[in-house]
Amino acid sequence: MCLYRRTSIQYKRFEMADLNINLKNGLELKNPVLTASGTFGYGLEFQEFIDLERLGGFIVKGTTLKHREGNPYPRMAETPSGMLNAVGLQNKGVDYFIEHIYPEINHIKTNILVNVSGSTIDDYAATAEKINSLENIPGIELNISCPNVKEGGMAFGTSCVSAAEVVKAVRKVYHKHLMVKLSPNVTNIQEIALAVEAEGADSVSLINTLLGMAVDARKRKPVLSTVTGGLSGACVKPIALRMVWQVAKVVKIPVVGLGGIMCATDAIEFLLAGASAVQIGTANFIDPAITVKIIDGINNYLDENGFHSVKEIIGLIK
Amino acid sequence: MPRFLYRTLFAGKIKKRLILLRMKKIIDFIVQENKKLNDDTFLLVLYSPELPEIKAGQFVNVKVEDSPSTFLRRPISVHDVEREKGLLYLMVKIAGKGTARLATLKEGDNLNIVLPLGNSFTIPSGRDRCLLVGGGVGVAPLLYLAKELKNKGMQPVVLIGIRTSKDIVLKEEFEKYAEVYYTTEDGSYGEKGYPTQHSLLQESFQHIFCCGPSPMMKAVAQYAYLNRIDCEVSLENMMACGIGACLCCVNDTQKGHQCVCTEGPVFNINDLKWQI
Repeated sequence: MCLYRRTSIQYKRFEMADLNINLKNGLELKNPVLTASGTFGYGLEFQEFIDLERLGGFIVKGTTLKHREGNPYPRMAETPSGMLNAVGLQNKGVDYFIEHIYPEINHIKTNILVNVSGSTIDDYAATAEKINSLENIPGIELNISCPNVKEGGMAFGTSCVSAAEVVKAVRKVYHKHLMVKLSPNVTNIQEIALAVEAEGADSVSLINTLLGMAVDARKRKPVLSTVTGGLSGACVKPIALRMVWQVAKVVKIPVVGLGGIMCATDAIEFLLAGASAVQIGTANFIDPAITVKIIDGINNYLDENGFHSVKEIIGLIK
Repeated sequence: MPRFLYRTLFAGKIKKRLILLRMKKIIDFIVQENKKLNDDTFLLVLYSPELPEIKAGQFVNVKVEDSPSTFLRRPISVHDVEREKGLLYLMVKIAGKGTARLATLKEGDNLNIVLPLGNSFTIPSGRDRCLLVGGGVGVAPLLYLAKELKNKGMQPVVLIGIRTSKDIVLKEEFEKYAEVYYTTEDGSYGEKGYPTQHSLLQESFQHIFCCGPSPMMKAVAQYAYLNRIDCEVSLENMMACGIGACLCCVNDTQKGHQCVCTEGPVFNINDLKWQI
């Protein structure tokens, strides 16, 4: 009986497609599904809904050198098939993260990346340097694309020169995996991607939110306290797919695709367009257990279509 | 047993069990009934055998299907719970497309809900006199609170502010657990005016719990503050995730920006930054 059981488990394992993805420089994912920064808190918020260790990894909330209160309420607006947010990087600073949050999450057996943001190049470098010392953080995601802060953020990510400068400064002090999150609010995203690649980025993730706006006609006022905010959700997927496809064609480093992924099919579309991994963002709000469903969905797709490894479908669309 | 021994042997296990009991869940409820209460308010009676423990003041996040304009879930406060029967009651007022879609639900339909979310009202100990003030659909969370207070042996008093007598909903339900008083803006039922103008406020109370439109809650908070009465209010902000991940629903408090979905929805007025 016991013997029979064992073989059946082995048989099932054999059916599982290989979901491993190596993003190089110490970032090896057990599957290509990560979560997008700012939509997954510190992971702990979701542990009642899913087994965090099933994820390829998760990226914690945008962290800055100093405490930030963020923007005043209202910070969000629902839009057709999406939402605008203007949180403005509310967080308690990198020291608080290292002292209070890191000890709570460092035992979780998956890749935990910290999203790093700042208003000056020195801020970015100082924050990255502090995180470099954390043993169980295999990489950071450099946020040069936040549209909701007055200084820094997106300003760095919209010109090749400043994007390159930030990456160069951080690369000097940060030696583990360096993922750079790109802004879609640019004329040519390929140029920016090439500029950060040239300065030593290990991977690029795209897209961050698109700059948008919502108006309350009844009150004759903007909905958001900051007037403009970042658009995310299902509505941005076609733009994100296009940009991932464009960038994957020109860079040699891995591309992590995100923007409007709501189900496994969406994630597969990004892989086909050239993404080596994907991040799930706004979908976490609608279904807190969506990430594991997407992992299972990718596996089923590979099995049903006769692929043995997820690597076989990456970039099939030329 | 020495305390340290107790701690090492059992405390961990008990804590784990308590956490399991209070876990948030994503459940597909079955609509048992959708009762129309008046022109724009309805009561959903939902059934699930997995209904978790819910406290008064907590809320649920409801998925609205089939509409691109209702992308996010809708946070709705818990109106009543009958745990032994697996029943959850939600009182909903049509405020937009999402709630209008919920109003069309029929018996047998499925409704996907994340619950229980948020903190809860602080149930006082002893025989303190509690006043529950609700405005409009803000009465929704007060029924379950009145029930819990009654179960603790208290005699809660409910004061409801509405526009006209047509807005009276589920009066008999409230009367099961509390003394009920009304104010109407047009004087068609109860006393004319706002809840803060009701003669009931001449009496003394130790606690006030309030839920309703923001100006009403501020007026009640002011009354409580001036009379040194402990007062909790239940806030409603626009939310995206409902579980403290997105930081969209923040409220400015004495401790900085706090999420209404996790640090609230119930706040003590002393923690808020209201100008009262």
